[in-house]
Amino acid sequence: MASVPVPADTPRGLLRRPTATTGFWSWFTTVDHKKIGLLYGFTAFLFLIVGGAEALLIRLQLARPESTLIDAGTYNELFTMHGLTMVFLVVMPLSAAFFNYLIPLMIGARDVAFPRLNAFSYWAFLAGGLVLYSSWLLGGAPNGGWFGYPPNSTTDLSPGMSFYSLGLAMAGIASTVSAINLAVTIINMRAPGMSLFRMPVFIWMGLVVQFLLAFSLPIITVALFQLLFDRELGTNFFNPAAGGSPLLWQHLFWLFGHPEVYILILPAFGIVSEVLPVFARKPLFGYQFVVFSGIAIGFIGFGVWAHHMYATGLGPVANTAFGLSTIIIAVPTGVKIFNWMGTLYKGDLRFTSAMLFAIGTVTMFVIGGLSGVTHSVVPADYQQTDTYYVVAHFHYVLFGGAIFGLFSGFFYWWPKMFGRLLDERLGKLHFWLMMIGFNLTFGPMHVLGLQGMPRRIPTYPEGYGFDLWNLVSTIGAFTIAASILVFMWNAIGSFRKAKDAPADPWDARTLEWATTSPPPPHNFDEVVTVHSLDELWHRKYAEDESGKVVPVQAGAAPEDQSHVGGHGIHLPGPSYYPLVAALGLPLVGYGVLYGWWLSIVGAVVLLAGLYGWAMEPGAEEA
Amino acid sequence: MAETLRHEASHDTSTGLPNTKLAMWLFLASDCLFFGALIASYVLYRGASLTGPYPNDVFDIPYTSVSSFVLLASSLTMVLALSAFQREDPARGRLWLVTTALLGLTFVGGQAYEFTTFYREGLSLSANLFGSTFFVLTGFHGAHVAIGILMLLSLSAMSFAGKLPGDQSFPVEMVGLYWHFVDIVWIVIFTVVYLIPTPNPT
Amino acid sequence: MTGKRTRLAVGLAAAAVALAACATNAPQDTLDPAGPYAEKIDALFKPVFWVATAVFLLVEGGILYILWRYRHRKGRERIPPQIHGNTRLEIAWTILPAVVLAGVAVPTVATIFDLAAEPPGNALNVTVRGHQWWWEFRYTDPEMQVGDNLPLVTANELVIPADRPVYLTLESAGSEFGNGLGRAVIHSFSPFRLAGKTDVIPGKTNHMTIQADEPGEYPGQCAELCGFSHGFMRFEVDALSPADFDAWVAGQKEEAAAPSGIAGDLIASTCAACHTIRGVSTAASTAPDLTHVASRDCLAGCIFPNTREELAAWLRDPPARKLGSFMPDYNLSEEEIEALVDYLETLE
Repeated sequence: MASVPVPADTPRGLLRRPTATTGFWSWFTTVDHKKIGLLYGFTAFLFLIVGGAEALLIRLQLARPESTLIDAGTYNELFTMHGLTMVFLVVMPLSAAFFNYLIPLMIGARDVAFPRLNAFSYWAFLAGGLVLYSSWLLGGAPNGGWFGYPPNSTTDLSPGMSFYSLGLAMAGIASTVSAINLAVTIINMRAPGMSLFRMPVFIWMGLVVQFLLAFSLPIITVALFQLLFDRELGTNFFNPAAGGSPLLWQHLFWLFGHPEVYILILPAFGIVSEVLPVFARKPLFGYQFVVFSGIAIGFIGFGVWAHHMYATGLGPVANTAFGLSTIIIAVPTGVKIFNWMGTLYKGDLRFTSAMLFAIGTVTMFVIGGLSGVTHSVVPADYQQTDTYYVVAHFHYVLFGGAIFGLFSGFFYWWPKMFGRLLDERLGKLHFWLMMIGFNLTFGPMHVLGLQGMPRRIPTYPEGYGFDLWNLVSTIGAFTIAASILVFMWNAIGSFRKAKDAPADPWDARTLEWATTSPPPPHNFDEVVTVHSLDELWHRKYAEDESGKVVPVQAGAAPEDQSHVGGHGIHLPGPSYYPLVAALGLPLVGYGVLYGWWLSIVGAVVLLAGLYGWAMEPGAEEA
Repeated sequence: MAETLRHEASHDTSTGLPNTKLAMWLFLASDCLFFGALIASYVLYRGASLTGPYPNDVFDIPYTSVSSFVLLASSLTMVLALSAFQREDPARGRLWLVTTALLGLTFVGGQAYEFTTFYREGLSLSANLFGSTFFVLTGFHGAHVAIGILMLLSLSAMSFAGKLPGDQSFPVEMVGLYWHFVDIVWIVIFTVVYLIPTPNPT
Repeated sequence: MTGKRTRLAVGLAAAAVALAACATNAPQDTLDPAGPYAEKIDALFKPVFWVATAVFLLVEGGILYILWRYRHRKGRERIPPQIHGNTRLEIAWTILPAVVLAGVAVPTVATIFDLAAEPPGNALNVTVRGHQWWWEFRYTDPEMQVGDNLPLVTANELVIPADRPVYLTLESAGSEFGNGLGRAVIHSFSPFRLAGKTDVIPGKTNHMTIQADEPGEYPGQCAELCGFSHGFMRFEVDALSPADFDAWVAGQKEEAAAPSGIAGDLIASTCAACHTIRGVSTAASTAPDLTHVASRDCLAGCIFPNTREELAAWLRDPPARKLGSFMPDYNLSEEEIEALVDYLETLE
């Protein structure tokens, strides 16, 4: 069992730091960004299965008209939890998994700026997810939709929407804190020579995402508190009888909600921007345009929120303003597609699973993006909003875009993280099953929406033209489920193989491939000095006199570092206190529902965690 | 914290700014949006409360001006504390830190008295719309002040016990940034909520 | 291969949309508008959709071509030229979509203002109230009133004259916690073939105009989650020829005949606590107005056809028929149900 050396004068008792960095219990005290990334990834994948099961139940209910398989009340809980799970407990933490694992590696750092804060973020996220799901056992899951519009959500007497407020607030704290951590890491801890415009696009997208998180999460946090207080303390924020307005919630929610969708998609855009160049064997076309369009999306994304509210009666001036801003944001989003096409053009394309998923991301996002443009045509949206046309749109961008992109990342970075490659044949089977299943599920929803099938209804009558496409959609959903099973089979199977993947199996371009697979705890034996964008590529290849790309002669190719180095490298040591502090949060939350004394206990636990964190000694170098 | 602070000393960051300082600024920027949403809610609902008590019925501007001045003064003592630590006079620095905390406590105490008075006059969280927006906004601000007081007292204790390694002025500067932020937010709240008049509905 | 399957999918998708426009059994089909307010939306959507389809074919086609043309071929080991970009091209492909989108924006803005304009002077005025989980319609024009300033009140079916605009005022009904009669929550009135949807928001009054060019039945439903039976909150717009509409109005203005016997006792003791039957009881109107219930096609939020069997089933156990129904199970005997149904069937 590996461990971190501790100085001789370490205090005993509560302030004694754990030392183990391997073994089962080390996962609870780890502050290593790579292990935290794996924790995020594994947890998010479990939630993907749960959220997927919720989707399958929804599709079973909708497969036939006038079905009574699931009652209306349970149905409301199912689609609410499906949405909450997929957005907050799957895509966001999967993105966090990749950011956590890769950001320090790609910028040549040894860890993030605040390793224990990083651990705290994971445990707080887990707490939020568990609190949210505990609602099923404690009186009923949230049933007001993932968007929780009051007065329905404030006046519903079942406790679910209070769990909604508490769970999301905790997850929000986790993400805000993580955003600050990763933003500081990217801005402040880059290897010597890595100027901002030598950073990989994945890092740039990561930086924009952290700012979007830091500035949008506080807004929804306020709204969630207002919702919770209206429910539990009798406040009147959304109570028209006292002069409040249900529209205030919508404005605050969507002020967060719209940047949120860019938070969900930009990591996948970053992954695609790394994967395509590697398997086309040429650089990303138009690096600067891709970076600037990402930044533009970040800014403009705060100016489009009321396009979710066109039917609420804001008036033609407001609808026009938001219609125009929404039309404008299509430009930086669309431009990236052309840059990716330019990357593939005249390349030498190899269709590995990672590459297939990246291409899938691009092609499916085009569809979702185009349906989004039709939404920006405001009067058309008066028909489309709250129908299955919207469901089609956001699944094309979120599943077709984000999830496909994240799977591309899995296949691409699996060898780096686990030292084994995923099986390519299973990967291709997974891709095609998922591609077909996904299009069968969500393609017909465009038609259903235009034919007048609203959202969030547990069933529909015969004779409305909805029957066939709903059945097709359900078949597609089960096909997707099959593809996930293939992936799980692939993943589990990979761990039976020997841990012998090379440092750079794909002949890639960025720094994470310059160290072993998996990397040692300290990431790099020696601090890297960066001379250009795609630093690793330029160490391997140069151009000869005729402009042809040739390998560099003197052994600059990364060697598998067989010796476990790290002498003289100071690594942050493990700690109990992030977990202890995070434990305080659910206690505070449950106390709001079950008794203030519990909240006080939670606050004490949180404070104890924070004080221990502040007071514990550092670990010395050997 | 010990190892974070030791890292800070090297300052070999890409921007030259220490990580903790950059993090604190980012956190405060994020907190700006938190208070921004609370203040925006208050402003949007100004004059919309259908029943009283209304602001003019309960506000005592002279009283609140005094407690605002107390909070402002605490920013001055915070600066004096930092200056003392930078001059490597931790004893004096601790004195000013504790003074800052006491001034903060006075502010919070003053608010507690003010709010119990309002409550006795019929204004509660649930009484009407004004009670909801007012108490939630000022309540979150008060919570921020309370956390600040905890940090000030903890810093003083840790400095006294010799638990602050190296350059003690750095953590004091960080807590100072937070404290000044909380003070500036109060200036905005005081202006928007108390000083800008809300006419009673006709 | 990537190419064939995706081409097939593309073809299927296009065919599906085309088919949808020709669907015969799609009574809420927005691609088959039945009045000017829906036609204006359709006239804007369809061209934009075809532009989007063209972009789709160009872009996806381009991607597929590139994937095929530049696929790695065995035995050709090469690293392609490391092209970093082409500024002029990138500027061009930023400006071109912007220009196309500007072209889309102009008619979009025009239609927004067109649809928001005040209705023509001959518009019929109806106030729509969304309840949990049914729609109430109140005809407020002087010539439609049934008494001193008393609007004509119906439920479930919005009967309108064809070829005439109808100006709707949209409100949410109910109280904060419902008191057993329904909470005031957000709904959305969505008449699909006649107009786009508009939300019904507590504390806010919204407006929209609809018009059916031809007589006919135009179903719609609630499009904003509003609790348990959100999916069972449907309505129907019945457009009648001017003569038929006048006849309907005349019929609706008449009061109901008084019930007798078991039915009379029940109505006085139980039903009148929530339902109005003009001529019998106007004490309460928190539930659908039943004065002319037999003249309607559907019941209970327009989810059951108006037949003896469905009426009896409803009376037998309302919450079992519709989850969360605020009409409780009164444990009526079969004799009582028979009597009530007999009476209600007379309320044409």
